[in-house]
Amino acid sequence: MAACMSANRSENAFSANDLVPEWAQEEVSTGTTIMAVEFDGGVVIGADSRTTTGAYIANRVTDKLTPIHDHIFCCRSGSAADTQAVADAVTYQLGFHSIELDEPPLVQTAANLFKQMCYRYREELMAGIIVAGWDKRKGGQVYTVPMGGMIVRQPVSVGGSGSSYIYGFMDSNYKPGMTKEECLHFCTQALTLAMERDGSSGGVARLAAITEDGVERRVVLGNQLPKFSNV
Amino acid sequence: MREGLKTQDGGIQYDLSASTFSPDGRVFQVEYAMKAVENSSTAIGIRCKDGVVFGVEKLVLSKLYEQGSNKRIFNVDRHVGMAVAGLLADARSLSEVAREEASNFRSNYGHNIPLKHLSERVAMYVHAYTLYSAVRPFGCSFILGSYDQDDGPQLYMVDPSGISYGYWGCAIGKAKQAAKTEIEKLQMKDMTCRELVKEVAKIIYIVHDEVKDKAFELELSWVGEVTNGKHELVPKDVREEAEKYAKDSLEEEDDSDEENM
Repeated sequence: MAACMSANRSENAFSANDLVPEWAQEEVSTGTTIMAVEFDGGVVIGADSRTTTGAYIANRVTDKLTPIHDHIFCCRSGSAADTQAVADAVTYQLGFHSIELDEPPLVQTAANLFKQMCYRYREELMAGIIVAGWDKRKGGQVYTVPMGGMIVRQPVSVGGSGSSYIYGFMDSNYKPGMTKEECLHFCTQALTLAMERDGSSGGVARLAAITEDGVERRVVLGNQLPKFSNV
Repeated sequence: MREGLKTQDGGIQYDLSASTFSPDGRVFQVEYAMKAVENSSTAIGIRCKDGVVFGVEKLVLSKLYEQGSNKRIFNVDRHVGMAVAGLLADARSLSEVAREEASNFRSNYGHNIPLKHLSERVAMYVHAYTLYSAVRPFGCSFILGSYDQDDGPQLYMVDPSGISYGYWGCAIGKAKQAAKTEIEKLQMKDMTCRELVKEVAKIIYIVHDEVKDKAFELELSWVGEVTNGKHELVPKDVREEAEKYAKDSLEEEDDSDEENM
């Protein structure tokens, strides 16, 4: 295919550091599909499970849904190292804040902490994060903090390299007022479609539902994903 | 660590610095700071069903003062007000501290600071000045009040020792005992701000000592449903109605005294 033929380097090319082959110098990336949906009483979040180093799949069963607090999760996309580091820092800050206030933290607070860090270090970081959870004041909430460090609350949000392929699906299939099960079904379908088309997304579909009662996690294995195409 | 200096008659002084305890376990400098508050005119704050009302008896020491100068009620954040008693300069400095705390909180966490947290943070700051001999404690107490949709009305008081307490009603300054007695008579949990504003004005008028202190200005402010969560000085018409109610109630009590005679 034309895309592959355009190389103006030979196949044995090493870049500046001759001791390490090129593929080992690629950043470990969660080239990804992540998403989150609000419903009345909570949120549903989902992600694929592929971590790549260039074309090599470093981890095919990654967990990109990271707990930040009892009822708050984040979905990580971009550089694996960057997102893990930022998530760890925010987990610490939020835990401290919650103890100081002597009450469970707000999702908005968690999202703002992510935004502060992602905006301040925007030149150094490559992190696209979706913060989602439940709190007593506003119920289920989804905040997206894409690269660059903006923050906006959305009823449904997708992110990562695979998200490009499912904006159409999301726009035409999302309806406000869905139940938890409908949201789970919607996420499973969306993740499947993205994983099918995006080379950097794949593996299993990880889902979680967060409500006042806690977090319920599910995994949909590769062979159990819905089939869209008969080809 | 220096102990007490011996005075000429042989007694030992434990009150020279805040870093010294007395043998009976008191820090005299902090107690003296609280005396400074008791020398100041009264300020009260009362929390009701849908908001918080502050009233301050601001003594006017000279006819040459511009009306409304030397305010003793401050805005700390949009939804938080602060009424003070004691050394006004110390109080102003602490209001800046409170403003910064509230502002930093919003900047870091993206929402209004809960009043309990704000009062604990400022109290911690006040307490720090009671630990060292190089500084003196703050000579003022203050009452913080706020209203927001989620927590409702909140009222906290901080004193020079650095403790903060939550209240339904509280008074600081020279007539605080008399004011507390009057406050206890109120059923504030069932009142609205509009009703409470009149009672607050009445209490200030009651505790004001006509003999010792001549002229005073009544500073009234509120925050609650009635102001949509914004702390502000009470509007002119509400003020006038409240002051009229206060003056009329005082006259009634005078009249009833005469009848009894």
